[in-house]
Amino acid sequence: MSVVPTPVLTANWGQERSWKLKKYLAGGGFKAAKKALGLSPEEVMGIVKDSGLRGRGGAGFPTGVKWSFVPQDNPNPKYLVVNADESEPGTCKDMPLLLASPHTLLEGIVISSYAIHCHTAFVYVRGEVAHVARRLQGAVAELYEAGWLGKDIQGSGFDLDIIVHSGAGAYICGEETALLDSLEGRRGQPRLRPPFPAVAGLYASPTVINNVESIATVPSILRNGAEWFQSMGTEKSKGFTIYSLSGHVANPGQYEAPLGTTFAELLELAGGIRAGHELKFFTPGGSSTPILTPADVDLPLDYEGMVGAGTMLGTKALQVFDETTSIVRTTLRWSEFYKHESCGKCTPCREGTWWLVQLLKKLEAGQGQEGDVDKLLAVCDDINGLSFCALAGGAVACVTSAVKHFRPEFELGYTTPAWEAYPYERSALFAGGAK
Amino acid sequence: MSETAPAELVTLTIDGIEVSVPKGTTVIRAAESIGIAIPRFCDHPLLAPRGSCRMCLVEIPDAGNGRGFPAPQTSCTMAVAPGMVVQTQLTSPKAKAAQEGIMELLLINHPLDCPICDKGGECPLQNQAMSAGRAESRFDGVKRRYEKPVKITDRLLLDRERCVLCARCTRFAEEIAGDPFISLAERGAYQQVGSYPGEPFDSVFSGNVVQICPVGAFTAADYRFNARPFDLVSVDTTCEQCAAGCSLRADHRHGSLRRRLAGVNPEVNEEWNCDRGRFHLPLGATDDRPLTPLLKDGGAMREASWPEALAAAAAGLRKALKTGVLPGPRQTAENAAAFAAFARDTLGTPSIDYRVRVKDENQAAFLLEQVKGKALAESVQYRDLENAAKVVLVDFDPEADAPIVFLRLFKGLRKGLKVVAVAAEPSRTLAKLKAELVETLEDAALDENTIVLAGERCASETLRQIATSPARWAWIPNDVGAIGAIDAGCLPGEGGLDVERMLNASMALVVGDDAVEAGMGFTVRLSDLGDDAAGADVWLPVATVTEQSGTFLNWEHRRGSVGLIAKGRVPAAAEVLAHLAGLLAAPETAGSEAGEGIPDFEPAEGEEVSA
Ligand SMILES: Cc1cc2nc3c(=O)[nH]c(=O)nc-3n(C[C@H](O)[C@H](O)[C@H](O)COP(=O)(O)O)c2cc1C
Ligand code: SF4
Ligand code: SF4
Repeated sequence: MSVVPTPVLTANWGQERSWKLKKYLAGGGFKAAKKALGLSPEEVMGIVKDSGLRGRGGAGFPTGVKWSFVPQDNPNPKYLVVNADESEPGTCKDMPLLLASPHTLLEGIVISSYAIHCHTAFVYVRGEVAHVARRLQGAVAELYEAGWLGKDIQGSGFDLDIIVHSGAGAYICGEETALLDSLEGRRGQPRLRPPFPAVAGLYASPTVINNVESIATVPSILRNGAEWFQSMGTEKSKGFTIYSLSGHVANPGQYEAPLGTTFAELLELAGGIRAGHELKFFTPGGSSTPILTPADVDLPLDYEGMVGAGTMLGTKALQVFDETTSIVRTTLRWSEFYKHESCGKCTPCREGTWWLVQLLKKLEAGQGQEGDVDKLLAVCDDINGLSFCALAGGAVACVTSAVKHFRPEFELGYTTPAWEAYPYERSALFAGGAK
Repeated sequence: MSETAPAELVTLTIDGIEVSVPKGTTVIRAAESIGIAIPRFCDHPLLAPRGSCRMCLVEIPDAGNGRGFPAPQTSCTMAVAPGMVVQTQLTSPKAKAAQEGIMELLLINHPLDCPICDKGGECPLQNQAMSAGRAESRFDGVKRRYEKPVKITDRLLLDRERCVLCARCTRFAEEIAGDPFISLAERGAYQQVGSYPGEPFDSVFSGNVVQICPVGAFTAADYRFNARPFDLVSVDTTCEQCAAGCSLRADHRHGSLRRRLAGVNPEVNEEWNCDRGRFHLPLGATDDRPLTPLLKDGGAMREASWPEALAAAAAGLRKALKTGVLPGPRQTAENAAAFAAFARDTLGTPSIDYRVRVKDENQAAFLLEQVKGKALAESVQYRDLENAAKVVLVDFDPEADAPIVFLRLFKGLRKGLKVVAVAAEPSRTLAKLKAELVETLEDAALDENTIVLAGERCASETLRQIATSPARWAWIPNDVGAIGAIDAGCLPGEGGLDVERMLNASMALVVGDDAVEAGMGFTVRLSDLGDDAAGADVWLPVATVTEQSGTFLNWEHRRGSVGLIAKGRVPAAAEVLAHLAGLLAAPETAGSEAGEGIPDFEPAEGEEVSA
């Protein structure tokens, strides 16, 4: 079986200076926006609703439905905030999109803002990627000059400003309410809900927060219609998406394909596991989604398929690990990430990740004691579902799913250092690690 | 009083018990109302819900819509719903296990140094670890460590490793005091409370963070290592620092005052006080101060026995052609009444004035007419301030003059209160109150929806203008005893002299406060501070505020009781005046034998003060 890639979002990535407005317009850019401005905002919202587009930031909430939650009778301004914080380990789709084709997102913002009666939109870019923020700013400047931003866009009477804002480098600022706090100039920590952002978000005003890919998909839907979009994907997961393959694959990178594509099909596109090796485990959508094993390669990578397999589609970041990899080491690295990124607001996440790292370090060093694996699971149990936001759930999922599939390897940590059982240099991709 | 309409009631079931509470109540408060205590750290009834410590998790098998939550929920953030079913740790093993898990996690980075911690013995963490935690921890790793303590201000020390990061302190600073100069910083397990470089935690309410900290992270520099809670005896009292009338809890050990905390008084200070009331500890029975009466003898003061000193006082007063009484503005209502009675019945003089100085000739008349004898029910009250549409400040600086009034106004802002100040210059306090500044009283547009708060500096002409406007108003003096003294009649009546005139006339004076200057004639001074005896012919030490019980009337004319901490060696002013009155009433006898029958208040050597 094989899958035909469906380049829509990635179609222009290979072009010379693809990020320039001239190039984008030459490829049919802003036709969708023009079309949208000719419709009523409600019609635009209707098309996006009908398309079945679901959020690409992780949770998969239907985008058009989210927009319809904005109370239009609220006297405050409405805001659109695009989440470009992309910090989930393994996730690398939004940054390449912004580098290669920032105008795809910006056109999406014009259309989406129009649909929700928003006149000021924000893009919150993760702090570590100054070059991406600069490219985005350059693109925004081009649009002001071309009359696609500012007052009375293209004579339509619609006004829109876009503000590009860089974060200061915190995974938690990808969580939508922490993002809002950060955008308002506070420390990024999740907010208590209710109120929900749709009602009282940025500056206590109605706010829609969407992932980069979600918004960047909107122009293609406007251009080709909801039916076209619906014709791709699976029953409840419509359309196409960017899958990011990284790790022990022959050709890592972004692969755009319909939702429901299987990992086996994607692996085929990516040239398979690196030569001479075999798959040990993979994440379907970043480190926060429970890992899967070779038994799961033929499952459809869509929202329902992954939930059915006890995991989540997440950000569709497929981190691929071959048989040289120590699961204990991998889990420890992930846990260290969560410990470092825990915002500290709530007890289970703040203290639990601190403890998990210590337990995993002992196991990695072969200094675990009988019962430590159970203790690891018990600590996970005391965190899971009890935290303030979803970060801790991710921090726990990578541990519990790893133990579920590879318990003996964790128990080996009572006697043997992971670096002896799985010499680390064998896993290295570039330093002579490949056979 | 502006009472809000009775709130709509919602009925739910907690641990099988049906309870009805006002709509919008959180589950944790609803449980409290039927005596079910759910453990908590970040939750505080007077702070905005935060839901971050996760200690108060409960199971909600039915949210009122037939569906339950799959995982335990924080009862401090969950609003009640009709038909909701809640199971706390008392009936849900799942809730109990969740709470035990959170407690274990809270303790992995806590030093457990209770034996050397100020909070040990009164610590919510210690107590709830016993009631809601497992007996043993499974953690055998490395705890977070910090250099200790951090000096947040001269008064506040922070031991970061004890902190459970509940953000009560920072929320207090921001939400209650309006001084957001402490904040959580850093992230993960290294999150910590900090202050900003160059922006100290400059707040007249700073000490409250020590009291609401649910662990021993914030400690008061003065009290640190000074006592153990279980060695202290608590006395309910009323603060003597200003006319706000805050309830306080005074903790002493064998009569020695160790600290003061805000008392709980929803009508007045809620659960807060100011740093003056908290950190300024009045003298008491165990403090060193002169306790022997002094007599002027050949131009110099010499020690005298009580009978001799009282007799000399009586003789001097008897000889005087004119007499006057200056009780001072810090007396309890009982002492003020004694001074008034002494002037009226014993000396027969209309010259009595509680004030220390007079800036305004017509003030006494206004106070006698408009303030004296006002009942609490007809007075403006704290609650009215909080719910008012508009409060106008006239010659009144709430944060300096009566800090707790400031807290109510600040609270009112969230409910839509608008503050207007008749003031020439902006100030930090007025800025915090988002006050509109106007030049004149007319500009403040006093209508029936306005409450005016006039300070002690307010001229009586202005006071009369306020009193005849449609607005409700209150006069807020600076000193604790002012209202009690006015009610007792300690102001010059018909033919009486005011304090300035008395001090400048050749007349004999009975003075009750060290702040009152010396007069021209024979002076009997009753002194509770042991200050300089200059300017007295007879100097009589009297009990301090901690050595007697009594009553203060605050600016609302609300009575607040003064709790006795420990009787000292000297009597209260009222008692001294009674003896003096007795002497003056007796037929004149020669010499100092007149003092017969007067006890010498010196206690026997080694006499126990009550603990
Ligand atoms: C810890 C955490 C980190 C997150 N990081 C991101 C992120 O980097 N980008 C993103 O789009 N969504 C992120 N999310 C999800 C957002 O909260 C939010 O659901 C999403 O931006 C909504 O957009 P969508 O509906 O278009 O998917 C994160 C969530 C959590 C809990
Ligand atoms: S789970 Fe808690 S500590 Fe962790 S990131 Fe969310 S709010 Fe912060
Ligand atoms: S210092 Fe005390 S009140 Fe402040 S966050 Fe820490 S534990 Fe809470």
